[in-house]
Amino acid sequence: MSKSVKVLALSALLVAALAAGAAFGQCKKKTGLGRDALSEEIAAWDRDIRPDGVGLPPGKGSVKEGEVIFQEQCAACHGEFGEGRDRWPVLAGGHGSLKSEGPEKTIGSFWPFASTTFDYIRRAMPFGNAQSLTPDQTYALTAYLLQLNDLVKEDFVLSRENFATVRLPNEANFFDDDRETSEKHFWKKNPCMTNCKAAVKITGHARVIDVTPDSKDGPKVD
Amino acid sequence: MSDNTALDRRNFMRVAGLAGAGLAVPALAQERKPESVITEVQDWARNLGDGVQAHPYGKPSDYEKHVVRRDVEWLTAGRESSVNFTPLHELDGIITPSGLCFERHHSGVANIDPAKHRLMLNGLLDRQLVFTMDDIKRFPGRINKAYFLECAANSGMEWRGAQLNGCQFTHGMVHNVWYTGIPLKTLLDEAGVKANGKWILAEGADAAGMTRSIPIEKALKDCMVAWAMNGEALRPEQGYPLRLVVPGWEGNMWVKWLRRIEVGDQPWHHREETSKYTDLLADGRSRRFTWIMDAKSIVTNPSPQAPLKHKGPNVLTGIAWSGRGSVARVDVTTDGGKNWRTARLDGPVMPLSLARFYVDIDWNGQEMLIQSRVMDSSGYVQPTKDELRKVRGVNSIYHNNGIHTWLVRANGETENVEIS
Repeated sequence: MSKSVKVLALSALLVAALAAGAAFGQCKKKTGLGRDALSEEIAAWDRDIRPDGVGLPPGKGSVKEGEVIFQEQCAACHGEFGEGRDRWPVLAGGHGSLKSEGPEKTIGSFWPFASTTFDYIRRAMPFGNAQSLTPDQTYALTAYLLQLNDLVKEDFVLSRENFATVRLPNEANFFDDDRETSEKHFWKKNPCMTNCKAAVKITGHARVIDVTPDSKDGPKVD
Repeated sequence: MSDNTALDRRNFMRVAGLAGAGLAVPALAQERKPESVITEVQDWARNLGDGVQAHPYGKPSDYEKHVVRRDVEWLTAGRESSVNFTPLHELDGIITPSGLCFERHHSGVANIDPAKHRLMLNGLLDRQLVFTMDDIKRFPGRINKAYFLECAANSGMEWRGAQLNGCQFTHGMVHNVWYTGIPLKTLLDEAGVKANGKWILAEGADAAGMTRSIPIEKALKDCMVAWAMNGEALRPEQGYPLRLVVPGWEGNMWVKWLRRIEVGDQPWHHREETSKYTDLLADGRSRRFTWIMDAKSIVTNPSPQAPLKHKGPNVLTGIAWSGRGSVARVDVTTDGGKNWRTARLDGPVMPLSLARFYVDIDWNGQEMLIQSRVMDSSGYVQPTKDELRKVRGVNSIYHNNGIHTWLVRANGETENVEIS
C-alpha cells in the first residue's frame, strides 16, 4: 500500500469515528449546557468573606450602633452580653477555658478569624430572618461582638478598610489535620485476637437521661 | 477454612460461655395448647384488604410505627438547628431507607421548588455558569454510588463516658444511601478551573446558607452532585433538589440544597470549619480540616433498644465503615475484649460505604460485654475509647470513633457501659 493510500484510509477511519462520536455527543469536551452567569446574579449570591478581607462589602459600623441592633435582634437567644440563653451559642467570654473541663468556645476565646463572624451574620443571622441586615449593620454587630470580647474599645468603628487589623487571639492555636502521623499507632498489623487482657472491669454506666422507650421494664427472656 | 479459624471459633464459643449442651429443653408437644393464630381464621385471612392505590405512595406496616428517627431534646436549643438519629437497631443490610436517614439542619428544612433552583459556578473559572436542574440532569456520565454519610459529631456525647442508652443515639448520625448524579468534576470541567483554583466553597440555598471549603483535589476526585437517593428524588431533609456528596468525609461538608460552587485560591474559614467541626485537644490547640471519617463500627443488635429476648441461637449484627477505603475485617468480642472472633461480612463491601457484619451466637444467659472492632483497607484499626482519649483528650466533640461496649445482662437487658 502506498503512503498516500494509507493516509487516505486513515483519514476515512477518522472521519467515520468523528461522525459516530458526534451522533452520541461523545467527542465534545464541553457540553454547552447551562448559561453564563450575569454579574448581578453573581453579586447577589457571592457574598462570602475570607480572613484576608476578600469579599467584604463597602461600609462601616460602630460598637455603639451594634449594641442597639444586638439588644433588639440577637440578645433574646445570645443573651444581653453574649453569654447565651438556654442552649443558644455563647458568643463572648470563655478566655483561658480551652484546656479546662468545660471549654467555652466563643469568638474571643476560640474562633481564629474575625471574618467568620461577619460572614456568618451576613449569611445566616438573625436566626429566622437571615440576610435582612445591611452591610453597615453587619459591621456594627461584628464590632459590638469584638467589644464584648474585649478585643476593641467602646468607641471602635469597624470598616472594610480596617478589618484586616483585627486579629483574634486563638488564631495560632489551629493546625491542619495530622492524624496520619500523630495517630500512626492506630495502624496496626495484627490486632490481638486471644487472651488480650486478664481482667475486664465495668468503669461506667450510661447515665444522664432515660431516652430509651420502655427502658424501665426489663425485657422478658424465654 | 483453616484449622486456626476452627480453633478460634471453638475458643470464642467457650469464652463466651456458649458451648454448653442441653441449654434449651423443648416443651413436650402434648403440654402445648394449639396457637389460636393458627387454629382460628384471622381477619386478614377472611376479609379483603386494601385495593391498589389505597396508598399511592407506600409506607411501612402499621406494626412498624416505632421504627422512626428520634431526637434528644436537651441536646439543642431548638429543632430548626438540631439533629435526629437513624434507628440503626431496626435496620439490616447496608442501605438506609430514605425516610429514616438522620437529619441535621442549621436553619430548618428548605422547601425548594426545583423549577426555581439554580446551581451557580463562579470564581477562578474560565466561565461563570448557571445551571437549572434540567441542565444538570442532561449532563453525560451519570453515575450511581453507595456512600455512607456520618456526622462528625456522631458519638460526640460519649467522649466523657457512657451517656445514652441506644445505638440510635450513640451512633445514629450515619446513613448509607445510593446516590444518582454526576461527578462534580464534570461541572468544573465544563466551566474550566483556572490554574490557581485550589479550593472550592460549596454553598446551600437554605436559611443557614451552609458553606464549607473543600480542596480542589477532593472536588475533582470523587465528589458528586446528586439529585436522587435510593432511586428517587432526594428527600427535602436531605437536600432536595440537589446536594453535594463528599465520599468518606464528614457529613457537614455534604452541602444540601446546593446552590453554588465557588472556586478560589485559599480556604474561606467559615463558621462550620472554625468555630464548629474543629477538634479541640487536651493541650488547648485545635486540629482543623479533619475531613476524613476514621474507621468505625457498632453492634446494632443486641443493643439497649434491641435487647436479647431468647436464650439459644441469636444473631449478633452491626455495621462498619471507613472514610479511608473499604472495610477489610470486623472482629467481635463478647467478653469485653479478652478474645475476639472475626465476623462474617454479608452483602456488598464497597469503598466508603457501610458494610454489614454478623456473628451467629448461642447464648446461655450469661452476662456479655460486646464490642466490635473494624479494620479498613488502609490498615487502620478502630481504637478503644481510652486510646482515643489518650491522644485527643475529652473536649474534641467530633470524630469519636472509639470501640463501643454493650453490657448484656442475664435477663437480656442491654446497657451502654465503659470497661477497663
